[in-house]
Amino acid sequence: MGKYILRRVLLMIPIVLGVATLSFILMKLAPGDPAAAYLGDKATPETVARLHRAWGLDQPMIIQYFQFLGGLVVGDFGRSFLFQTTVLELLKLRMPATLMLMLVSLVFAVIISVPLSLWVAATKSSASAIVSRVFTATVQGMPAFFVGTLLILVLGVNTGLFPVGGYGSSLGEHLYSLVLPGIAVALTICPVLIRSLTAALSDSMSAEYTNFAASKGLSRSKIVRNYAFRNAGITGISILGIQVGHLVGGALVVENVFAIPGVGSLLMEAVLARDYNVVQALTVIFGVLVVAVYLLTDIVYSIVDPRVRLGA
Amino acid sequence: MSREPILEVDSLTVDIDGQAGRRRILDDVSIRLEAGEPMGLVGESGSGKSMTLRSILGMLPPTATIVDGEIRFQGRNILTSGPGGKFDQRIRGTGISMVFQEPAIALNPVMKVGRQITDAVAEHRGLSKRAAHDLAVDLMDRVGIADPERRAANYPFQLSGGMRQRVMIAAALAQEPQVLLCDEPTTALDVTIQAQVLDLFRSMQQENDLGLLYVTHDLAVVAQLCQSISVMKDGRIIEHGVLQEVFDDPAEDYTRTLLSATPRIDGPAQRVDGSASRLTSREEAQ
Repeated sequence: MGKYILRRVLLMIPIVLGVATLSFILMKLAPGDPAAAYLGDKATPETVARLHRAWGLDQPMIIQYFQFLGGLVVGDFGRSFLFQTTVLELLKLRMPATLMLMLVSLVFAVIISVPLSLWVAATKSSASAIVSRVFTATVQGMPAFFVGTLLILVLGVNTGLFPVGGYGSSLGEHLYSLVLPGIAVALTICPVLIRSLTAALSDSMSAEYTNFAASKGLSRSKIVRNYAFRNAGITGISILGIQVGHLVGGALVVENVFAIPGVGSLLMEAVLARDYNVVQALTVIFGVLVVAVYLLTDIVYSIVDPRVRLGA
Repeated sequence: MSREPILEVDSLTVDIDGQAGRRRILDDVSIRLEAGEPMGLVGESGSGKSMTLRSILGMLPPTATIVDGEIRFQGRNILTSGPGGKFDQRIRGTGISMVFQEPAIALNPVMKVGRQITDAVAEHRGLSKRAAHDLAVDLMDRVGIADPERRAANYPFQLSGGMRQRVMIAAALAQEPQVLLCDEPTTALDVTIQAQVLDLFRSMQQENDLGLLYVTHDLAVVAQLCQSISVMKDGRIIEHGVLQEVFDDPAEDYTRTLLSATPRIDGPAQRVDGSASRLTSREEAQ
């Protein structure tokens, strides 16, 4: 197991290198100039050139690339042109809200998907199947920012149940203000989660081991929990892991709708200002995050499935 | 010799809805099993043997409907004696239990076998974890699993096919039922293991005075294990009788065909009792 994890961690190096290179190239290919963006319309070519020199943008591309990679190795993402502070400082400030939002969304995704899938698989009625299908199709057709806006209108503005934006200052306030955005992000991954979980649960509910459990006279609740759900849950875990990539995308967009001071809004500002270092750092970090979650999923998977853990 | 029937299937008629419309899968099926009687239920694939067993446990697929008939266990019609006039699920495990055909798929792949043997009995009797474990180990010992203490902590994939089937038998017997239904429980096993498991069935049947309804298409197995036999074809019981009599003088052409189609038992000759050897000699005579 230790060897396996080490190999997987080593495999992350080329992936991170690839993500870093790609984000570097894409930023350089994008039109626009951070110095011009920073200085505004009235900038003279001389002041722009002076800023380029100060920020190291006058160096040849290849030097800039290796400076960027060299920084990555020691965890130095450089300075933000826009905010005039180190990228690391910005991340410390803005990352917690985003991670918290992702976590809340993950919880909501599970809270929404698991009971619905269980209901469909356990009742096997056409009514439950139709409800689930309409729900997933509708949700899938709506982008996160649209769902977010709807939630703000219905549950925020009209009823006043939840704050329509911001992040608060205590943990309780954080969580309270993340309810609506959390639901909005969760809904982006729910359709896939519901569909695969329903399929997995239906399979395990009609599996022969479930029949055998029933023939022993085990109660239905125990059969669902210990037989059907335990087996289907293993599938659920891997699908949840894969969906984390989508969760990142959803969270970054929804943050802007709800004015949450996370890295999503930071990324938006950085892209508009061509703040290379910030954009590159965030791309790399989220790349690493997604790959790390995949690894974590595999590890959890192998812990819950004895066939993997004990080497079937 | 004749004792009170423990299980009676009376004129059971079952329809199933399929893509081609409604189809009759069991037609006026009647079975009378005495306490402690081992009965073979034979017939070709699709003749309704497994469906008969599943109806007895109230485990027909949702597309199936019981059109007519009764299933009486200890004189009580279990089709309607449950809460709300429904199937009486309380007989599962405690009165009637079942051993499935393929232990590889009938055991929960992600649960330790010891727990699978006693989870139902632990729930019904409110056993502690410790007591359930001890009972599982004891049952595993009784069905001939060596080193049961260690094996109880194994998952199904860590056991051989024969051992898995023993686990399933242990689980089926955990609540001391009076009737054991067997759905081709040795078909998925190789021949030597098959013989061992059959031995186990025989000793368990005798030790516990079990009513045994043993479904198979293998008449040699019936010959080794059963006292009586019912022959099924197209969802009907076409012949029933004491094993020896049916083997010696089948009333139906279909039974005769089945008998003559049974392969010779060339293997462990000492295991074969008189009826089966006569079956063999009968084949030679033909």
